[in-house]
Amino acid sequence: MTAYDPIELKRIRWRSRRGLLELDLVLERFFAQRFDSLSPAEIDAYKRILDLPDTDFLDVVNGKADLDDPEEAAIIEILRAV
Amino acid sequence: MRAALQLSEAGLKTAVLSKVFPTRSHTVAAQGGVSASLGNSEEDHWTWHMYDTVKGSDWLGDQDAIEFMCREAPKVVTELEHYGMPFDRNADGTIYQRPFGGHMSNFGEKPVRRACAAADRTGHAMLHALYQRNVRANTHFFVEWMALDLIRDADGNVQGVIAMEMETSEIVVFQAKATLFATGGAGRIYASSTNAFINTGDGLGMAARAGIPLEDMEFWQFHPTGVAGAGVLITEGVRGEGGILRNSAGERFMERYAPNAKDLASRDVVSRAMVTEINEGRGCGPNKDHVLLDITHLDPEVIMSKLPGIREISIKFAGVDPIKAPIPVVPTCHYQMGGIPTNYHGEVVVDGKPVNGFYAAGECACASVHGANRLGTNSLLDLLVFGKSSANSMIDFIKAQPLELPELATADVERSVARVERLNKQTNGVAVNDARTAMQRTMQAHCGVFRFKDMLAEGVEKILEVEKMVQQTEISDKSSVFNMARIEALELENLIEVAKATMISANARTESRGAHVRDDAPDTPETPNGRDDANWLKHTLWSRDGNRLQYKPVNLQPLTVDTIALKTRSY
Repeated sequence: MTAYDPIELKRIRWRSRRGLLELDLVLERFFAQRFDSLSPAEIDAYKRILDLPDTDFLDVVNGKADLDDPEEAAIIEILRAV
Repeated sequence: MRAALQLSEAGLKTAVLSKVFPTRSHTVAAQGGVSASLGNSEEDHWTWHMYDTVKGSDWLGDQDAIEFMCREAPKVVTELEHYGMPFDRNADGTIYQRPFGGHMSNFGEKPVRRACAAADRTGHAMLHALYQRNVRANTHFFVEWMALDLIRDADGNVQGVIAMEMETSEIVVFQAKATLFATGGAGRIYASSTNAFINTGDGLGMAARAGIPLEDMEFWQFHPTGVAGAGVLITEGVRGEGGILRNSAGERFMERYAPNAKDLASRDVVSRAMVTEINEGRGCGPNKDHVLLDITHLDPEVIMSKLPGIREISIKFAGVDPIKAPIPVVPTCHYQMGGIPTNYHGEVVVDGKPVNGFYAAGECACASVHGANRLGTNSLLDLLVFGKSSANSMIDFIKAQPLELPELATADVERSVARVERLNKQTNGVAVNDARTAMQRTMQAHCGVFRFKDMLAEGVEKILEVEKMVQQTEISDKSSVFNMARIEALELENLIEVAKATMISANARTESRGAHVRDDAPDTPETPNGRDDANWLKHTLWSRDGNRLQYKPVNLQPLTVDTIALKTRSY
């Protein structure tokens, strides 16, 4: 596990509760399967993604849109796969 | 947020508490639009909208509130446009309107274009427009705060809420001259729900614990085909393309229920058949709790070209490629018609009188405009109209109060703190997940889209057993910072109040009306489709104390027009 601030990790977990069921389901799986093995840089990228509006976030997860930032795009690839 | 805006713009000090960032509330999921008889594309009139809403409600809606909502609709939609809402437009610059199920012209004659939308993101756009405007008006947002309980004084007047800051678990009293709940629905009481995880009926739980009854909680809108275990909807277009419903024996069971229409029968017929198959032991999966939607016989090319979104949903949420294997589906809860009883001024009403200082609007409230069944696009309208009207009532009420806040009543505060303490100290208790799963399975099996007398009676016993589990929940994480386990345990304490209200109210209502459909309600000339106006044209009021049921009459008297007389509801 990373040396990421544990308080920040818990905040991120709560902020992964969203307004759309589809995102809740994907992010729940992401936390169960993949989140613990992310590097601090990857967690930073995920945090930036959480700032997206839900509708844009879901479009990206569903492959209807892409993110330009390569680090964020890599996280999206994980979310698309879980 | 509509209410907060009205209050802030009137110069009042306004605090909005929210579990999540305000633009991430579940309103973001509303795609269809908001209805208003603007008549931009063809002739329309608010009286036609009113007729459709009364009929949609299966006459359980209060006609004064429905008239008020439909008459106000063009005004609140135009206001929203001025707030910067990016509505779709006609070539002449007016708001583009599209048809939507149940909305008709000339008192039910033919479909009318009444829904105003911002692409398929109407709810999202509405949240953003209102949030921006609130920021401008200096509304104070307390984000990532969870309200725990309502505070009432000895006379029942509401003094505010006690709330917990998630970041610290600090518990703080928010004393206010007026308090409004806009806390949304509680669709998570069901195992299969389209609702986001945050929809835990917190306002309903708080109201119930504070001795406020909940109205018409037996009425919930369902969709026949959600992915089992997930709740994501599979459009009815799949059956249109040749999808077949099968039971555990692989049988195409719709042939028995609807020999002609088969899998293309109407929503209620399909839902009823699915539930009957599951109840009679022919459900699929280890818990025999769903059926299968089979499109494996279709040409993969057709699936890829005509149903690509469905293939994605199925792979992602059911773990099944529908080209190779059938999709597990189950009737899925979508919208709560009942709620905290209010009048059309947004005032919470108990025993015929407003509760001083307490207001509610949106899915958590029951004005009642949706009655036994909501029309699509009327829910966003409900938010705008009753958000605004309740804020206007709050402004009048606050102006009549003395400048100084009254002395804080502490009994409710102490009870609320004790509730959190109980949870923190519980040992040898029940896991929150186990109690929640028991509640959701009980509600789904005993009080779903189609209801049976014996199952309901059994369901009442079972949900009271589940309540005992909820009273003994234990969390292993006792930390203070963003403790999600504690938040989820507190949410479950709200959900269980809604679950009890729903089960007990449904068990008592022995007719079928709107979304509440019972197997044992006879279809006779006196009771068409099982609707029994002689005995059941009334609102249910469930009180937490002793699970007591009371009833109040439906208001059939509109404000300025003639009553819309009772008729059989058919389309």
